[in-house]
Amino acid sequence: MSEISLTQNPAHVRHGSNVGQPLTRRDGLLKVTGAARYAADNHPESMVYAALAVSSIARGRVTALDVAAAKAHPGVIDVMTPENRPPLAEDPDAKNHPFMFRLDVLQNDRVRYPNQPIAVVIADTLEAATEGAALLAPRYDVEPARVGLDGNEVFTPQGVGVGNPPNDSHGDVEAGLAAASRRVEATYETPAQYHNPMEPHAIVAAWDGDRLSIDTPTQGLAMAVGRVAGLFGIAPEDIHIRSPFLGGGFGGKGVMSGPQVLGILAARMVGRPVKLVLRREQMYGPVGHRGPTRQTLRLGTAGDGALTALAHHTRTASSTFDDFFEPASNASHTLYASPAIATSHDGVRLDTGTPMFMRAPGEATGSLALEGALDEMAEACGMDPLDFRLKNYAEVEPTSGKPFSSKALRECYAQGAERFGWAARPLQPRQMRDASGLLVGWGMGTATFPALMFQAEARAAIKSDGTGLMETGAQDMGQGAWTALAQIAADGLGLDIDQVEFRAGTSDLPDAGIAGGSGHTATAGMALHDAGAKVIARLADLATSAENSPLFGAGNAGVVARDGRLFRRDDESRSESYADILARAGLPEIEARGKSAADPAVRNAYAMHAHGAVFAEVKVHPELGQIRVTRLVGAFAAGRVINPRMVESQYLGGMIWGVSFALHEHAITDRRSGRIMNANLAEYHVPVNADIPSVEAILVEEHDPHVNALGIKGVGEIGVTGTAGAIANAVWHATGIRVRHLPIGLEGLLAGGLGDA
Amino acid sequence: MKRFDYVRANDVGEAVAALAASPAARIIAGGTNLVDLMKYDVETPERVIDINRLPLNTIEATESGGLKIGALVSNADLAYDSRIAERYPLLSSALLAGASPQLRNLATTGGNLLQRTRCYYFYDTGTPCNKREPGSGCPAIEGVNRIHAILGTSDQCIATHPSDMCVAMAALDAKVHVIGPGGERTIAFEDFHRLPGDMPEKDTNLQPGDLITAVELPAEDFTAHHSYLKLRDRQSYAFALVSVAAALKIEDGRITQARLALGGVAHKPWRDTEAEAMLKNSTPGVASFSAAAAKVLETARGYGENSFKIDLARRAIVRTLKQAADGTPQSQTDKRIR
Ligand SMILES: Cc1cc2nc3c(=O)[nH]c(=O)nc-3n(C[C@H](O)[C@H](O)[C@H](O)COP(=O)(O)OP(=O)(O)OC[C@H]3O[C@@H](n4cnc5c(N)ncnc54)[C@H](O)[C@@H]3O)c2cc1C
Ligand code: SF4
Repeated sequence: MSEISLTQNPAHVRHGSNVGQPLTRRDGLLKVTGAARYAADNHPESMVYAALAVSSIARGRVTALDVAAAKAHPGVIDVMTPENRPPLAEDPDAKNHPFMFRLDVLQNDRVRYPNQPIAVVIADTLEAATEGAALLAPRYDVEPARVGLDGNEVFTPQGVGVGNPPNDSHGDVEAGLAAASRRVEATYETPAQYHNPMEPHAIVAAWDGDRLSIDTPTQGLAMAVGRVAGLFGIAPEDIHIRSPFLGGGFGGKGVMSGPQVLGILAARMVGRPVKLVLRREQMYGPVGHRGPTRQTLRLGTAGDGALTALAHHTRTASSTFDDFFEPASNASHTLYASPAIATSHDGVRLDTGTPMFMRAPGEATGSLALEGALDEMAEACGMDPLDFRLKNYAEVEPTSGKPFSSKALRECYAQGAERFGWAARPLQPRQMRDASGLLVGWGMGTATFPALMFQAEARAAIKSDGTGLMETGAQDMGQGAWTALAQIAADGLGLDIDQVEFRAGTSDLPDAGIAGGSGHTATAGMALHDAGAKVIARLADLATSAENSPLFGAGNAGVVARDGRLFRRDDESRSESYADILARAGLPEIEARGKSAADPAVRNAYAMHAHGAVFAEVKVHPELGQIRVTRLVGAFAAGRVINPRMVESQYLGGMIWGVSFALHEHAITDRRSGRIMNANLAEYHVPVNADIPSVEAILVEEHDPHVNALGIKGVGEIGVTGTAGAIANAVWHATGIRVRHLPIGLEGLLAGGLGDA
Repeated sequence: MKRFDYVRANDVGEAVAALAASPAARIIAGGTNLVDLMKYDVETPERVIDINRLPLNTIEATESGGLKIGALVSNADLAYDSRIAERYPLLSSALLAGASPQLRNLATTGGNLLQRTRCYYFYDTGTPCNKREPGSGCPAIEGVNRIHAILGTSDQCIATHPSDMCVAMAALDAKVHVIGPGGERTIAFEDFHRLPGDMPEKDTNLQPGDLITAVELPAEDFTAHHSYLKLRDRQSYAFALVSVAAALKIEDGRITQARLALGGVAHKPWRDTEAEAMLKNSTPGVASFSAAAAKVLETARGYGENSFKIDLARRAIVRTLKQAADGTPQSQTDKRIR
């Protein structure tokens, strides 16, 4: 049983047995039986189908579309082009704030990236719509595509990520490097990657006059409502979005995309509900990706291995028309102590869709390069990579000088290393072989991700039968929000989880903030927690002021809420059930609203991050270079664990993503056309089961009294960080070859001089 | 996808007649390649002839002691057939190295022979491609060609044939049985697939209206010394960067017969009989294996991204021959390479 202290009213305490329990997913049965209804499963009466026609060029103008041919195709109802697209109330190229991304919704004939929507065909059937789109046979004025990090104008972006400064400097890096006894300079390259959730972006949109009903997956319901309201000039109250399940998001469903808006426009145009589902290849353009990076690390150390300087520079790319620059260098802000740290970014503009936050944006790419360079420096110093990291352990956040709100990274290192057997690692590479002669290598990386919190609201109610209701428009993209948030909700009401109805996933519920930045459980959870506190406080008021209640007069002593009863805190023999309290008061239910937001004062005082350590074993064929990850152990500390089963699954998924990052994922661009040549799941490789070895995640205990009242950090993204670097370092340890160009493939090792038969 | 007519053939004669009646028709077997290509508008048949009801799904003994595999036998059934697994383990192994279990359940023997290249440009109607649109150009030669051919290429096309199964069949000296407007005939495996030359649109030497009925394996015993090694970017569900099928007979420490074929390196399964002749009568060992590899790759040419395949193929040939000679064939379940 865990006690949750109640900052809002320290007089009252709630007890629950839900938080901390490894409950299975509450929506699991729905999902394995196919009963869970995803957006594209909806089929309102008289619905028709829309298909996108997308550009095959990267840059230029559409000069002709054979609309007549498309319209003549049996079943085609209408064709939407820039000429007849219904008007929008807001310019889709407006950018009023950094979270507002420019959309391609047929505002003109310009093409600014391959796979940009250039028309929408609406038809009675999917087949007719698809063929109608093909019949448009677009013609273009083609301009040369701008591709790749070289050969295009380089500039310093105004911001990286969403609104972070591109450059940051503490101490004198050049002096630190000059004074160093060892210096390492290394350049790592990571490719463009695409989110590729299993569920493509999909929308079913239905208008009823100026009221709009939408089924679509989104990681941010309230933000989506705001965006649609602005674009269509209608009141947010008139928009209803359902997003009960997402078939993965990873950041790609964080904001409304152009194709989703086109689905709404198509419904408006034909006056019937419309379904629009992206084809897989159409996901490689208008719905975001992770931009490519080239990162140069310069490190200096003193004789004892202590860093004297750390400089991290990133070149990355955004689209020609909007800004999202992968903030890779910022991964170097928090992890390692150094008297001088400088991070910088520059960028180029390419004819691609706009990059977007993709699982651990900045941290994933930056961590790969940072952990690689750190490994190279440990090698230069002749130190064990773990000892080297401990030597440079940051006791306070190095760039800000703030203390950490909590940091159990030492424990992560210790428990991970112990479990992995790290102590037996030989210092030199190419020392270990397995029984069949494969080269064996061990590598490690530190994982980190900030503990973010956004703003959210929730509503709590206790009903006359003593059961509870909790509502917040939270989004479950598979991470387990339906379960973990329900656990927080139940404990927040002092009830068993089966006694609480938990509602989420629709836009008419209180704003739960975005399911992103690994901050959803903390953000939405704290709103639920606060709503629970408030409703219990009201209930306590009712009881303690009623003369015939056993709790009469207990207001100052406070009460304990548990199992559907309030107990007098200083005398638990006196208690009363919620139902009885409400019955006496003659109330059918009692409700309260709660809110959450980061506390700026506490955030100013402390640096808040989750941490972890990942250890990887790879086996490499000594002459063929085939790489296989055979073992992964991650140990993570991220504050309070609401549900260890869900948390473990986030870590495992994150680490598998790291395998993908290190060895597989890679969007291949044709330099002449600017087209992505492997825009499908056969050729855009992610790991298959056979690639995934034994993966283990250790949940390291960490109590954080500052981050929020529940002590929750975040677990969704941290598993990606550290892992890719650990694998790359293990490949070096196995072979003695550093491959700094990701993903690491056979040819990297062959070119690096892998031995011969 | 274009609209198309669908007809179902109930016997071989009907299928041949249906093919003859509409030249723009395509046969559909498992559909795992054809349907994808139709969705991408790369194949736009006016008529699709379903042959799944034809009695071509059995494996039968031949008079000369070999096996005749019906064109509709699925890749999964073929791989796990006990006669194949026991007598032609090289073929089982190659099949199991391919695609995924789900795909192998649907994919057929005939369809596998005729699956088309995985060249990215071929699939992308937004780009030119000589194979898809003769005369439009080959963007792969100076473009994205990491997965492309290093042997037998032409200045018109550098695509590969992506099959695993066919590499083993080439090594096993199989024959393809076809029936066409002019009746039945057999085609030696060597002559079945083509090099691109100046007609990259033609993958094989089949004539219009031909239907594959079976693949015949001769009665030869390579069970003691064989291996199929496939190198790829992930452990399953990826096409070969380079694959090697090796089959040897070894008597008294000498190779008395050798078969060597490569996948992922050419427009056809690349069997090299000259290298086989060099291996014959040699002592198994790195020296003879390396010499054979050098022979195979004598004319190899890289195009940039794929140049590493030359070195990789050399290493793979040596390793596969060693696995075969040692009697330790590559396992396709435990994918660890020894
Ligand atoms: C994602 C993916 C991964 C794959 N990975 C691999 C791999 O690693 N290794 C590998 O070898 N293969 C791989 N494949 C390819 C797979 O093996 C082929 O798609 C399959 O063998 C084709 O067989 P099918 O019966 O489905 O052919 P279909 O798609 O039905 O037909 C293919 C072609 O053959 C023609 N055809 C079929 N049967 C006959 C016949 N009897 N006579 C005349 N013409 C005929 C059709 O008209 C069509 O042109 C992969 C496929 C996919 C989609
Ligand atoms: S290699 Fe062949 S298939 Fe590929 S683009 Fe060139 S011509 Fe087309």
